[in-house]
Amino acid sequence: MKHLMKSLAAVAIITLISCGGKEEKKNEGIQIGQKPAATETPTEEPAATTKPSETIDLTNKGVGPIKNLVLPAEIDQAMAAKGMEVYKTKCMACHKPDKKFIGPAPKDIFLRRTPEWIMNMILDPEDMIQKDPLAKALLIEFNGSPMANQNLTEEEARQVLEYFRTL
Amino acid sequence: MKKTINILVSLIMVAGLVSCNNGGNKRGNKGKGGLATNAAEKVYVAPGDHDEFYAFMSGGFSGQLAVYGLPSGRLFKVIPVFSQDPEKAYGYNEESKAMLETSYGFVPWGDAHHPDISQTNGELDGRWVFINENNTPRIARIDLTTFETAEILEIPNSAGNHSSSFVTENTEYVVAGTRFSVPVPQRDMPIKDYKGNFKGALSFITVDPKSGSMSIKFQLMMPGFDYDLSHPGRDKSHGWFFFTTYNTEEANTLLEVNASQNDKDFIAAVNWKKIEEYVNNGGGTKVPANYAHNVYNDETHSATSTMLKEVLTVNPLDVPGAVFFLPTPKSPHGCDVDPTGEYIVGNGKLSADLTVHSFTKMLAAIENKKFDGEAYGIPILKFEDVLAGIVKQPGLGPLHTEFDGKGNAYTSFFISSEVVKWKLGTWEVEDRQPVFYSVGHVMIPGGNSRKPFGKYLVSLNKITKDRYLPTGPEVTQSAQLFDISGDKMELLLDFPTIGEPHYAAGIPADIIAKNSKQIFKLSENKHPYATLTDGDARVERKGNEVHIYMTMIRSHFNPDNIEGVKVGDKVFFHVTNHEQDYDVPHGISMIGANTSELLIMPGQTETFVWYPKQPGIWPFYCPDFCSALHQEMQGYVRVSPAGSGTELKWSLGED
Repeated sequence: MKHLMKSLAAVAIITLISCGGKEEKKNEGIQIGQKPAATETPTEEPAATTKPSETIDLTNKGVGPIKNLVLPAEIDQAMAAKGMEVYKTKCMACHKPDKKFIGPAPKDIFLRRTPEWIMNMILDPEDMIQKDPLAKALLIEFNGSPMANQNLTEEEARQVLEYFRTL
Repeated sequence: MKKTINILVSLIMVAGLVSCNNGGNKRGNKGKGGLATNAAEKVYVAPGDHDEFYAFMSGGFSGQLAVYGLPSGRLFKVIPVFSQDPEKAYGYNEESKAMLETSYGFVPWGDAHHPDISQTNGELDGRWVFINENNTPRIARIDLTTFETAEILEIPNSAGNHSSSFVTENTEYVVAGTRFSVPVPQRDMPIKDYKGNFKGALSFITVDPKSGSMSIKFQLMMPGFDYDLSHPGRDKSHGWFFFTTYNTEEANTLLEVNASQNDKDFIAAVNWKKIEEYVNNGGGTKVPANYAHNVYNDETHSATSTMLKEVLTVNPLDVPGAVFFLPTPKSPHGCDVDPTGEYIVGNGKLSADLTVHSFTKMLAAIENKKFDGEAYGIPILKFEDVLAGIVKQPGLGPLHTEFDGKGNAYTSFFISSEVVKWKLGTWEVEDRQPVFYSVGHVMIPGGNSRKPFGKYLVSLNKITKDRYLPTGPEVTQSAQLFDISGDKMELLLDFPTIGEPHYAAGIPADIIAKNSKQIFKLSENKHPYATLTDGDARVERKGNEVHIYMTMIRSHFNPDNIEGVKVGDKVFFHVTNHEQDYDVPHGISMIGANTSELLIMPGQTETFVWYPKQPGIWPFYCPDFCSALHQEMQGYVRVSPAGSGTELKWSLGED
């Protein structure tokens, strides 16, 4: 009898969900509260001995629109100046140039990260936090405070990157 | 145990019924009850899927405009328009207070009636929705990129702004007619001397094709009847506007008897193109007036209110051939024009029949000067000469008519509580469905335009009674959704509404959704008190005024520790949301503040005022859950006694 009930229930559930049909839509924008930091799997964190913010990874290009970026030898000062303006309005509420604040400081970031990783983190932090193990670990280190997507254009992000080279 | 199995078996049956939501499986309207029809399937919008239509539904005496999805009947947003809204700080923050200014001062409430969506070439273009305020006559324009009230224009010389706010087919004009005639200019006089002395102002408001900015082009000063509802001509009748009238008796008391004496009242036909030409050539009389024009600016995130001091009036007798009366039986209420512009439906609410006038016949009668007399010098056409047809005894208490674009009309009947479908041209009744209860307006998306989307009809009901769980003496307002794609109408859904859903305007979602703004750009923020870079966050004292220039981002305020505020100060919190991502508003609220919270969109600046009353340490926080660290988004203001020497200082994250 019990078995009968179970199988009836199973049939009911299957019938209910059987005709999905439609492709799942990609949710755009930050999904606040839907993927709390607590559900992230800690197994994918790098070894606990080094903090994620101090981890040096100069091969990881991250996940996002920037696949390959070679920085010219000389810093473009005009571009860096534009980058500083963007940084002041859109980034500085959380990132002080040379000390840890809400998020890490960008000073010396090129010693730890690839240009592509930095650009991808600026341009698509949601995707990075979900797919890049290092970004995920950083989120945990920084109290589960997710990096905001400030909707920079690729050009603006590149300017900010150039500004980081001057720090 | 047997019971449990029964339940499971029924569950399987139900699952089988609802499981394949592929549409197209149209059944007749034979069954009664949910399981016998596929009504549930037709209104089911799966989690995460979007509705096919927006419906903007008047919030009636709430003064607001509600945004619903069709066919689901889900409420998405209540747009504050004519009433204060503490949830969004509308009418509470320093920026939006000006929106509710009038010639009578700050009015915190309004009675919203008839939303109408802007049009281009007679088709819905989805740029703006207009809505009228009946009590303190005003017209509002809501921007459909932000879903916020962008502009409110007060209407002088009007009282009971009811035959409003309907747009012509290129949104040349939004029109506002007065239901209550009044002395113009207002003056102290005996009420009983109404007859012949009061005027009914019909206001033609131009809408700037780019900015949407509204301005009264002219007011047509008509005889002192009650101008109840109106609609513009469409297509062939574009250039004309039609207004129903009642109380042609000009009674000033016990109107329910005294305004129902005449066998026929009128539909006033106004050739606005002719009057526009007259005005453009210098016609009309400028008269002193006093009315507010309130405009919200998306760059300063602030509203301004300007009092206008003059309005141009036109005496209809000065423009021969511009205004005519079409006799229409028994206190006509709804005044609706079909998509071709040929038929003008006047629903005599005390008549047993529906009267339909012919635009072509009207023009011929005017041409032949076949008049049946005049009223205050305005020619009255002969009823028989302009009549296109009569829908015989379709029901009791006809009110409003909408069209499906397939040659059918749908009329609401208040007294017999039903919607009746009839055919234009043959005047035959095709179907009738009861509504629960006492329908006012009906709405078909685009149903008053040249191009209706004749798939759904919403009936906007006046009485709910037993349709929902009881909630004390006051019960919800209500709408009902019908599928009108087949020969017979099919009732699909009841859903609750806010205030009284007088009228509504529906539009395919894809026309609007693609233009919906996601954020305000910080780089375009021109608010005079904006803090655009975090380094500029600061506190300034000017006498006893303290201005806090604050920023917010997930999940902190800058500054979050403020000292040096004193009892007796007036403290301004000018708060800028530095987020630049979709759906990340932040709020701020201060203990004991005599105003509402602020709810600040990404890139926006808003201000509230706080009067500290006691020395101490007083917290503020973000009331809108914004991130995992939302609970941490808080701060303190130290308040010292008046006259104390506490130094003004502020900080974030360090001492």
